[in-house]
Amino acid sequence: MMCSVVAMSYTTEELEEKANLLRLDVIEATSEAKSGHPGGSLSSADLMAALYFSVMKHDPANPSWEDRDRFVLSKGHAAPVLYAALAESGYFPPEELMTLRKMGSRLQGHPVRGKTPGVEMSTGSLGQGLSMACGIALAGKIDGKDYKTFCLMGDGELQSGQNWEAAMLAHHYRLGSLIAFVDRNRLQITGNTECAMSLDPLPDKWKAFGWNVIIIDGHSMIQILEACSKARQSETNPTVIILNTVKGKGVSFMENNPEFHGKVCKAGEKNLAIKELRCGM
Amino acid sequence: MTGNKIAQRDYYGKALSCLAGTNPNVVVLDADLADSTKTSEFRKIAPERFIEIGIAEQNMIGTASGLAASGKTVFASTFAVFASGRCWEQIRLAVAYPKLNVKIVATHCGISVGEDGASHQALEDIALMRVLPNMTVISPADAYETYAATKAIADFNGPVYMRLGRSEFPAVTDENAEFVIGRASVLREGTDVTLVGTGQMVALCIEAAEALREDGIDAEVINMSTIKPFDTETLGKSLNKTGSLVTAEEHSIIGGLGSAAAEFLSREMPVPLEMIGTKDTFGESGAPDQLFKKYGLTPEDIAEAAKRSLARKRKLES
Repeated sequence: MMCSVVAMSYTTEELEEKANLLRLDVIEATSEAKSGHPGGSLSSADLMAALYFSVMKHDPANPSWEDRDRFVLSKGHAAPVLYAALAESGYFPPEELMTLRKMGSRLQGHPVRGKTPGVEMSTGSLGQGLSMACGIALAGKIDGKDYKTFCLMGDGELQSGQNWEAAMLAHHYRLGSLIAFVDRNRLQITGNTECAMSLDPLPDKWKAFGWNVIIIDGHSMIQILEACSKARQSETNPTVIILNTVKGKGVSFMENNPEFHGKVCKAGEKNLAIKELRCGM
Repeated sequence: MTGNKIAQRDYYGKALSCLAGTNPNVVVLDADLADSTKTSEFRKIAPERFIEIGIAEQNMIGTASGLAASGKTVFASTFAVFASGRCWEQIRLAVAYPKLNVKIVATHCGISVGEDGASHQALEDIALMRVLPNMTVISPADAYETYAATKAIADFNGPVYMRLGRSEFPAVTDENAEFVIGRASVLREGTDVTLVGTGQMVALCIEAAEALREDGIDAEVINMSTIKPFDTETLGKSLNKTGSLVTAEEHSIIGGLGSAAAEFLSREMPVPLEMIGTKDTFGESGAPDQLFKKYGLTPEDIAEAAKRSLARKRKLES
């Protein structure tokens, strides 16, 4: 099959620039929409750039290519950064990002399968993506395919029990092709995750469920690439990569500010954010 | 043969074991109840396509959606209480919303579950599933129809909820009849009153019709084996003739078959309607026949309701 699979030819620096580009898109699109979840989108931007421009085997011209790697955004509220990654890698024109959350747009407030090219599953209600990813990985196993299934979860959503049902299943069926990420930015709407409902010792929980656990700086492109490369080699056990991140990363006044979980920049803030992000490019 | 007492779930298992051989795309999931739901019959033939989920219904639905998104025709089974209630929002987001090819086949519906009591008696599942956009809801009248419906939903691309009973009860349909999703069937023609049943209440409607004949009342009996989409054409045609209706379901009268009929009637052809079903109440432990008596689901209850419906019609006419 002829496929213009996204080449893994970007340098680390170029991937960092892509991450910054995704952040700019997130600020622009959510500001235009006047609603959305910029904080958790910014914390995931480095990972999303790595996945869509380097790690994943996929073809924006053929979103239903059967051998593609799959990605499930369990933390569906980070839709702006997923849409940015899809647009910038070629699934649809980046100009369309400005239609986010508007009537008639393909870019719904939370991801919808069948609505947006490249979106694999409908998410938005937290705690369900890992189960879906398990199903996708199981199908690959039944069919003897070697694609990988990636799933990005928020840390707060790990308070939901269904994740641990899925974690049990992934180990039980030895879904080595399943690679999960936890965006460990330590903030949820209520505030600090450890005050709302503590998750630590988080790595121990995953280890106890039989997963390979890798803990990295979620804003280090080199560490993300290395961890993904290591995870891809796992034959039997699923792997979770815990990304220590900063919510709102890249914009000084948004960093570690729980207010920007579900609140967007006002006009003046937007210009400041864009200025800061452009400086970083 | 019509009249044979057979459990629906046995024929679900039979149909699945047939599908195991004929349809390599079918994958079956169960949540620790395979021997009760009879998905174990599929496991015997295609263990590599049977996935034990454990007691984790929410994860079962999410996993089913991922498999379906990867091209599989997925059957997911457990008891109706858990299948419709425990993971309702998972069904909404992961199956109904993206219109994925998942068949939720729920056994042990209604109070005929008996001795296990109210915790295990699903009397709300039709309502819960019917309200979901994109969801098809099927409730076959007997084991034969269950077999045909299982084959039909395997060939249909989209989300389906099918509810089945635990116990053995008489077959009322033809063993070789084709099952068409969304089509009700007239099992007995009559001119005075229409009795519409679903699930095992269809057999009781036929009994009620026989009893009504003794009283000189000519009842028509319809098997509404698909609750959604609701076959308003067959029902409307019957009501044009009879002008009065009784619905009978082993389910709450809130949100189920009776409600679906009432929605149609009030919109297009208001005729007297009496509903047989549980009345905003939970069930309890007991033998199924005792429970049917206590909760007003016997052929006698249906016949009485028919007389009430008929009397209301005659009053309107006079």
